Amino acid sequence: MNTATASPPETSPSLKARIIGAPSAGPLLVLIGFCVIFALTNPRFLATHNLSIILQQTVIIGVLAIGQTLVILTAGIDLAVGAICVLGTIVAGKLVNLGYDPVLSMGFAVLVCTAAGLAAGGLVSGLRLPPFIVTLGILGILTAALRLISEGGAFAVRDPFLSWTGNTMKLGGFVLTYGVLIMFTLYAVVWYFLNQTKWGRHVYAIGNNPEAARLVGIPVRRHLLSVYLVAGLIYGIAAWLALGRIPNADPNAMQTANLDSITAVVIGGTSLFGGRGGLIGTLIGALIVGVLRNGLTLAGIDPLWQDLVTGILVIIAVALDQMSRRRN
Amino acid sequence: MSFETNTETPPHVVLEARNVVKTYGHVTALAGVDFELRAGEILAVVGDNGAGKSTLIKALTGALHPTSGEILLDGAPVHFRGPLDARHAGIETVYQDLAMAPALDIASNLFLGRELRAPGILGSIFRRLDKKRMREEARRAMSELKFRLPSIDNAVEALSGGQRQGVAVARAALFARKLVIMDEPTAALGVRETGQVLELIRSIRERGLAVVLISHNMPNVFDIADRIHIMRLGRRAAVVTPKTHSMNDVVAIMTGAATA
Repeated sequence: MNTATASPPETSPSLKARIIGAPSAGPLLVLIGFCVIFALTNPRFLATHNLSIILQQTVIIGVLAIGQTLVILTAGIDLAVGAICVLGTIVAGKLVNLGYDPVLSMGFAVLVCTAAGLAAGGLVSGLRLPPFIVTLGILGILTAALRLISEGGAFAVRDPFLSWTGNTMKLGGFVLTYGVLIMFTLYAVVWYFLNQTKWGRHVYAIGNNPEAARLVGIPVRRHLLSVYLVAGLIYGIAAWLALGRIPNADPNAMQTANLDSITAVVIGGTSLFGGRGGLIGTLIGALIVGVLRNGLTLAGIDPLWQDLVTGILVIIAVALDQMSRRRN
Repeated sequence: MSFETNTETPPHVVLEARNVVKTYGHVTALAGVDFELRAGEILAVVGDNGAGKSTLIKALTGALHPTSGEILLDGAPVHFRGPLDARHAGIETVYQDLAMAPALDIASNLFLGRELRAPGILGSIFRRLDKKRMREEARRAMSELKFRLPSIDNAVEALSGGQRQGVAVARAALFARKLVIMDEPTAALGVRETGQVLELIRSIRERGLAVVLISHNMPNVFDIADRIHIMRLGRRAAVVTPKTHSMNDVVAIMTGAATA
């Protein structure tokens, strides 16, 4: 809710009130802090070329984190994020390699991902199973099934349409891929639905207090189903973006996508208990992860340190969330 | 303010139940209860634990289906399939746990499930909420009830217990067209806040709505009720008024030590 007032400076009475009023202010400060440190220690960090690379590296996790945010806002969690996205790349890749029309193949792959999201949503809302278990099960099923289908190996997907999202365009001296533009567009569209429509308001209400949502007449189960469906659709789009970055369909890819997307959401200030947070925070969270990995790589630091620092950030973010909840 | 019964022209009955029975297997929760709520009155429903108060209220609001019996709204039989049906018919309920989303602001909670959409294309095609109008209406509703709040933009979790109760009552008052049912509205409140909530209930009656008040708190009941419906063993044991009966009389009827 309050994310709408996050960016413009307000003349509120106290700093504390302002920070509470804008939940993404904290993550934004962290992001700026990291940028300042990396810019001071390495002049190459702020080069437009490098900033453009950071955005490209953020695209897949950034988009997956949109779906993850929706699910977490309903007090759920999605562990099948990466597996559903890989499913999309393999379905599209197989069909194109079999000679089918690339646009139809990609469209069908997105539909398959949406169906996977719908299946997760159906189990969560229909059978009232915990989202953690449902998506863990789907992760296991998909991972095994995809390896069986592709006989364990990765295969190349060479098609101009499937890799179109990796093409670049210049925007005032700044090189952007279409994938980056699609990511920002998706954030804008989903932000709108989450913050300006009844649908989004009900997502927050269900995450906050599902019993209250039911009593005021919100169709809670149907609404949950729609959230998982939209998440699946977004993972499908992420599959297209993934093929644009690496023209390869690999059943063993995206092993860390679950944790990375959850990291982006949690660092962005969205509560794992549901009903609090939002997409602006998640975008900042995804950028924090991207900046951190890029900056440490530029500094020549062992990649293992990246995971270590990210892990610490997640624990700090969850601890802060827990503390603020206890105060209430 | 006080309710005067006129024997020649019978008062208008807003909500009525006739011989309502609810059984769960061999357990009888309601054993043929009658109920009558008159226009513009505050009717307290009292009874010992297990006397059937909440089962009666659930039957009246569509939260459960009676095994047999009749429920009439403004004299016409109604069959609510769920709480939503009752709401559409003009009956609002303030639940004991208030049914609020704590992290959402006051205006969002007032309009939860009944959000207003912006006029024109923005609302119809782009489904945009009319946040400004919801805030204005929320502010108006709170000031009409003379209920003071720090700011309408506050999250509900930042409010005190009494203020939260005030928001829940205001929500019911804003949307009720016929009557408001309140389940233990003062149970969790201090003395001063209880006074504020009782004042709110009175102002709802002043707006011409009938109120059903379920309460364990006898002093509260005697403070504001026009009539008292006493439940005992799944039936209506008696309906009395605070003028004709004392608290001890009511407790005696509740426990079966006396009859009305």
